[in-house]
Amino acid sequence: MFLFLAITVGVLFTCGLYLMMRRSLWKLILGLILLSHGANLAVFVSAGLTRSPAPLVALGDKAPPDGAADPLPQALVLTAIVIGFAVVSFTAVLVRRATHAVSSDDPDRMRSTDT
Amino acid sequence: MTMLPVLPILIPLLAAAACLLSWRSVLWQRVASTIGAVGLLGSAIALLITADRHDIVTVQIGSWSAPFGITLVADRFSAIMVLLAGTMGLLVCLFSLFEATRRDVHRGFFPLLLILLAGVCGAFLTGDLFNLYVWFEVLLIASFVLLGLVGGRANIEGAVKYVALNLVGSMLFLTATGVLYGVTKTLNMADLHGALREVQAQNPTLVLTLAATFAVAFGLKAALFPLFFWLPASYHVPPAAVCAVFAALLTKVGVYALVRVFTLVFPDAEPVLWVILILAAITMVSGVLGAVTQYEFKRILAWHSISQVGYIVAGVGLLAVPDPEVQALGLAAAVVFLVHHGTIKPALFLVAGLVKWREGTTELRQLGGLAGATPWLAALFLLAALSLAGLPPSSGFWAKLAVLRALVVAQEWWVLAAALAAGLLTLMSMMKIWNEAFWKDRPLAEKVQGLEGDPALPKPHAIPKAFAAPVVALIVLVTAIGLWPQPLLGYADRAAAQLLTPSAYVEAVGVPPREINTTPDDVSSVILDVEEPQP
Repeated sequence: MFLFLAITVGVLFTCGLYLMMRRSLWKLILGLILLSHGANLAVFVSAGLTRSPAPLVALGDKAPPDGAADPLPQALVLTAIVIGFAVVSFTAVLVRRATHAVSSDDPDRMRSTDT
Repeated sequence: MTMLPVLPILIPLLAAAACLLSWRSVLWQRVASTIGAVGLLGSAIALLITADRHDIVTVQIGSWSAPFGITLVADRFSAIMVLLAGTMGLLVCLFSLFEATRRDVHRGFFPLLLILLAGVCGAFLTGDLFNLYVWFEVLLIASFVLLGLVGGRANIEGAVKYVALNLVGSMLFLTATGVLYGVTKTLNMADLHGALREVQAQNPTLVLTLAATFAVAFGLKAALFPLFFWLPASYHVPPAAVCAVFAALLTKVGVYALVRVFTLVFPDAEPVLWVILILAAITMVSGVLGAVTQYEFKRILAWHSISQVGYIVAGVGLLAVPDPEVQALGLAAAVVFLVHHGTIKPALFLVAGLVKWREGTTELRQLGGLAGATPWLAALFLLAALSLAGLPPSSGFWAKLAVLRALVVAQEWWVLAAALAAGLLTLMSMMKIWNEAFWKDRPLAEKVQGLEGDPALPKPHAIPKAFAAPVVALIVLVTAIGLWPQPLLGYADRAAAQLLTPSAYVEAVGVPPREINTTPDDVSSVILDVEEPQP
């Protein structure tokens, strides 16, 4: 399962970067979504995949039971997902305005600020 | 006093909230953001004094002890960066009181500026890598919106490039953070210092790969050589105040992260540091070559930012030399140069803003005769330009001297040659701006008809005195540093010495020390054996 998820992360990154390099801003957004999913998945599996008890501390105990799952990657990935959504939705609005202003979604036609 | 590192983050956020609550009132937004910026500067000064006197200041948010909770750390390096952010925040805020139009204010200019400042301060003060990622995103989102705020075609195009490349950098950063957590089970930078030593003893290649990934992610934010193309495509389009705050702070956050990570987390990643040093030399030259070819005030300045980042990062790259004296000199030079560039570049951008206000354009071929029309503006530009080129008496002279001295002691002659060549070319392109905008005669309207931009020359506007006050204050500050550099140079030496003794940082954060097991283990067990529960 670990290997499968590792390959999934690789595939997501490859597809994401490929799409980002296409000459279309909409594909850039799709690529960004795939890339952010790949990164989130990488963070999520970073603690390893185990069938372990929930990291809850019983009443009166000071520490979770031995072998409890590591809750931190889940907290991290939750934050990262929220940030990723915000960023992607901002980019979508920006690209909509950009395609409107340039009347094209081809980044090669957005050269007025290049040097 | 222990809550001091929280204030530079909290004050701008509260001021931003106040601005959002008074969305309809332009006046109240201006008042609230000015108060917030003054508060930020005040807390930054207090933090600097405390960090310099009493060593490293730490705060554990919610009293969760170090590797588990969120830690804010202010050592001397963080403190001076926060002070830079506070100073620039206040001056840019005062400048925008005039420059930002009612429409900009109604679109949320001031809250965005304050959130950007909060994000920058958060990135400088945070003690763990994931929070660094979060603060990066906070300041990126604020900068994205500031860049695209005025809806012209150029702004939108610049924003698209800026957004796309910076997001790729963020994703790399996030992935590397995930892998780092996988192998070390911690993200607290002080804890990582010990934890990565253990991993390195067993699997040095993995640590080098991680170090390289972080170097690429932060190099992209800092606009290092092959990764800088988003900067000249976007930095020259927004209003001058936004350009100034971008140039002062955004690339600096990338450089700050490089310094922090390579002194604390990956102190032994020499091959990566050599690459960084070489890239720094190429960055210096390629940035300034880009500037020489330009004919627009702000574009020249944007390209110069790249070149100057090369100088700063050269100081960081000298960490590759195993001699502690060279490392200390290099880091001290980087600190001096960060402060110098963080004050001089915004000053130049604000001068460009004044020129734009007066003449309605910053295209050099349409400008001219400003030295006769506004001698004081010409004097301001001249002082700033000479400082950027590194002529005495100015902050640039001492900053460049520090970098060159470190390179001489390290005997990195190729990098030294690149630095000297870039310095000459900097002077040349500054002279170009001087000649074109200030010295030559004002071009006749019919002569510039064929050029892009406005065909007719607009009538010059007079510049209000209060508008120019922040620029004058900045130039005075820069000149004061140049005439009286000892406090800054001494502070930089102390900051560098502190950066080079990570044990003090680890102790101040209060993570339990680790016993480093240096017996080589089976390599595969380090990568795959990540299912062990945290003790």
